[in-house]
Amino acid sequence: MSAGDCGKLLLLQAELDGELDAAESAALAEHRANCPVCRRNESTITAARQALRRATYHRADAELFRAVAGRIGALRPPPARRISVPWRGLTTFGAGAALAAAILLTVLPVGRPDIVTALVDDHVRALQPGHLLDVVSTNQHTVKPWFDGRLDFAPPVKDLAAEGFPLVGGRLDYLHGRSIAVLVYSHGKHVIELFVWPASGRARVPARAERDGYNVVHWEANAMSFSAVSDVEPSGLEEFVRDWRQAR
Amino acid sequence: MGSDNAFATVALPHLDAAFNLARWLTGSRAEAEDVVQEAMVRALTYFPSFRGGSSRAWILQIVRNTAYGALKARYGERVVGPAAVGEAAAVEDIPDPTDDPETALIRSDDLARIDALIEDLPVDLRETLVLRELEELSYREIAQVTSVPIGTVMSRLWRARRTLTRAAAAEEKR
Repeated sequence: MSAGDCGKLLLLQAELDGELDAAESAALAEHRANCPVCRRNESTITAARQALRRATYHRADAELFRAVAGRIGALRPPPARRISVPWRGLTTFGAGAALAAAILLTVLPVGRPDIVTALVDDHVRALQPGHLLDVVSTNQHTVKPWFDGRLDFAPPVKDLAAEGFPLVGGRLDYLHGRSIAVLVYSHGKHVIELFVWPASGRARVPARAERDGYNVVHWEANAMSFSAVSDVEPSGLEEFVRDWRQAR
Repeated sequence: MGSDNAFATVALPHLDAAFNLARWLTGSRAEAEDVVQEAMVRALTYFPSFRGGSSRAWILQIVRNTAYGALKARYGERVVGPAAVGEAAAVEDIPDPTDDPETALIRSDDLARIDALIEDLPVDLRETLVLRELEELSYREIAQVTSVPIGTVMSRLWRARRTLTRAAAAEEKR
């Protein structure tokens, strides 16, 4: 025992870490109340805990998730065969562009999954317990500043509660080599996620796509790329996108 | 395929925890990604012998051993051996530079600095602290992951916390 220990140091630490049962903790209480050494050690432990709360939690990105899932045999079949590109939805692209987009999607190298798969995988992964939100707030004025300093761009944040798509929060994600913003909305029992990142000028995301029952609607505006991803039916997702684009 | 999917259900929810631990142990994103991939493949191999209990501790134990393998390959035995522990003891002997060193840590708004202070901890203290504070594992689970008795977990945790607060105070003094 060193000078900084009254003999109860590790017991005190266990108490602060929630490791003592009620009887043990009651037995310690009287000593603790009258021991200056304990008080001082408690402040050291508390300070370290508060600091650690601000330490970086390094999260696996979607590409690592995909790589691991692939290696342990849990990956969905290769995406190219399952892509459905509704031609009707691509009229804004023009037939040539639509064809190019479809071909591009089919010939993308296997090493790097196409962006629709990446978006849907991110979305599905976010639906797992504990993964959905980095900031929980229905207030766009809370969510927007939260992204400041965490991204090299400022994503537009809108609440669509009045339209039936309340904002529930946001999170950071990592997509094809860059950090992006994800705005999370609810719609009944469904979750709609809006992925936002600066437009690169060579967008390879089809305007509409479907993967394993998840729909993706993509658009670009004000130098930003937007992809809405959800399992709501396509018409519901279209409505969300229309409302979002019209909202101020 | 059926048993692979059972493994995926057990393992994939712990992917963030696996990567976080590997990243804090190796200090490098690329190396941590390699460690996680290798560890998950190993875990798949060992899965038939997994007897239940905390699947997170089980996965993290494999990640931790894989990371130590990578560290040994990079630096040789000494980094993760007794030398690291000796280093910790040396830090402990530094007298408190102020009457109230922990306030320096509380005052610090610089998140990168907090990360740097944790990275400077010897690996045995660092992993104990990360498992407790970032992964919120119980003492028993930390003991399982790091293959030491619970008493050792408790003393490492205390040394990690004290070293951290003192290092913050010493840095502020400079």
